[in-house]
Amino acid sequence: MRAIFEYTKGMRDQETHYCPGCTHGIAHRLIMEVLEEKGKLGEAIGISPVGCSILAHQYMDVDMVEAAHGRAPAVATGIKRVHPDAYVFTYQGDGDLASIGMAEIVHAALRGEKFCTFFINNAIYGMTGGQMAPTTLEGQKTTTTVMGRDPAVSGNPAVMCEMLSQLKGAVYVERVALNSPANIRKAKKAVSRAFEVQEKKLGFAFVEFLSICPINWGLAPSDAMKWLAENMMEVFPVKQFKNPLEVK
Amino acid sequence: MEERRLMKGNEAFGLAAILGGARYYFGYPITPQNEVTEFMSRELPNYGGFFLQAESELAAINMAYGASAAGGRVFISSSSPGLALMQEGLSGLASIEAPVVVLNVMRGGPGIGNIQPGQADYYQVTRGGGNGDYHLIVFAPASIQEAMDMIVEGFEIADRYTNPVLIAADGMLGQMMEPVTLPSMDKEYSLEKILKTKPWALTGHKNKRERNVIKSVYLKQELLEEHVLKIFEKYDKAVKELPSFEEVDLKDAEIVYVAFGTTSRMVKEAMELLKEKGVKTGLIRPKTLWPFPREAFDGIDKSTKMVVSCELSMGQMIDDVKLSLKGRLPVSLINRTGGMLLTPGEIVERTLKLL
Repeated sequence: MRAIFEYTKGMRDQETHYCPGCTHGIAHRLIMEVLEEKGKLGEAIGISPVGCSILAHQYMDVDMVEAAHGRAPAVATGIKRVHPDAYVFTYQGDGDLASIGMAEIVHAALRGEKFCTFFINNAIYGMTGGQMAPTTLEGQKTTTTVMGRDPAVSGNPAVMCEMLSQLKGAVYVERVALNSPANIRKAKKAVSRAFEVQEKKLGFAFVEFLSICPINWGLAPSDAMKWLAENMMEVFPVKQFKNPLEVK
Repeated sequence: MEERRLMKGNEAFGLAAILGGARYYFGYPITPQNEVTEFMSRELPNYGGFFLQAESELAAINMAYGASAAGGRVFISSSSPGLALMQEGLSGLASIEAPVVVLNVMRGGPGIGNIQPGQADYYQVTRGGGNGDYHLIVFAPASIQEAMDMIVEGFEIADRYTNPVLIAADGMLGQMMEPVTLPSMDKEYSLEKILKTKPWALTGHKNKRERNVIKSVYLKQELLEEHVLKIFEKYDKAVKELPSFEEVDLKDAEIVYVAFGTTSRMVKEAMELLKEKGVKTGLIRPKTLWPFPREAFDGIDKSTKMVVSCELSMGQMIDDVKLSLKGRLPVSLINRTGGMLLTPGEIVERTLKLL
């Protein structure tokens, strides 16, 4: 009998600490599957952020380092200077990347840093217990916007792909969603392209994953998937913003 | 053969870092240390190194964190308010046990302060500034030559203790020129050679070893305590091995000054002037601020009636002077702050008032 699906060697055989229904596990797996298929697990160096995925290094079987809150792109910049041929990636949530780490991600893109950033956007702070994120939608209820996010008080959602795709150094920018098997397959393709951009040293590659946080959204996982499709995709359209000619 | 040059402090510091093997520098412009950043941008690529102007001091220290975790030999520099922004990274580097040499060309504070020389970062560099239990190993040079030697030695010590080493210079040392003898350069330098001594570094596991994980989060309190205790075993060793000081004329001294960095040079001139007036004075000059050379105070003579801490601050090192003396002698302060310097004349005048 031929196996049609196997657990990637890139993931360690270990239960994760993520909540039921969380999509971090899917994003982790896609990144590791792509690295395994490219035969590059041994060349990979990952940076985990402050947030739910700080312990990503417990699951991803590659060299990894934790970065202070928001600083993963700066840490990746330092690593890439020492090992220019390594497959370096940051894995960051919305609070980490689009709030406290906004300067670091924008300047990494401006410099055209030759690493990949995988951005988990679930429109809320997970680890600290459901506070407003920079990507929280207008009207969305969180523990710091109990009446719903009011743009007059707390501003508007950060649209990272739209922002970063304006910058010359960000050569690959794509937003994907982890809410259906078809979209997950597209997400994997995006991860693969991002690493190809790095392999060919073309510039900065950025993939945003629309993700769910059932616990802090107060929804069952299946309802959370629906909420993502019905609400998030309108503000954060799933599309490829930029793709260099050298990458198919 | 030894090479002698007349060099500006900030450029000499940069050259010392290169000769000491630094190949990665991340900087952000801030006066009075800009010549370090400019020098590194020009010179480091000539030695096969990498220079990068970061978007902030916060980014610079975190780039240093990444490069050091990847096994590179890293040098960074800043000045007081910039160092304040780097505290997050310094705490992180101490926790992940990664070596880096940090130069602080100190200026007046608090706040934005000014760009004149100062020593009011004493607390910032010796008492942390970042969160949690950790120390920086801190050297205080009094000349450009000494700063160069300390920077070169700093890389070896940072590697040995896997901890950040900080060189506390000041705007005076950074901006003046002095003749220096260049430290010799390791001709065999290569990243491969360095990586062999750093099995913990991030290189990619190449499918040949277990993955390396560099972390500072320990969610279980027992594990974090264990981690901190392990780091402090190194600090206990540092307290035994590293304290360093210069002593001058302690025998028969009536007054003993304690001063570091450029202030110690003003004090030495004041001591000559006081000798002419028949006042016998001595000097303890800490070369390490952490660990503080407490044993230096055992050498104080019975003739000494008073110890005077001379500082360009409102009195910060004076705490360590008092801790070292354990109440044996009265301690006074002769100081200026806000970027003002102590002149030998002022030290003499204020000393005579103390008598």
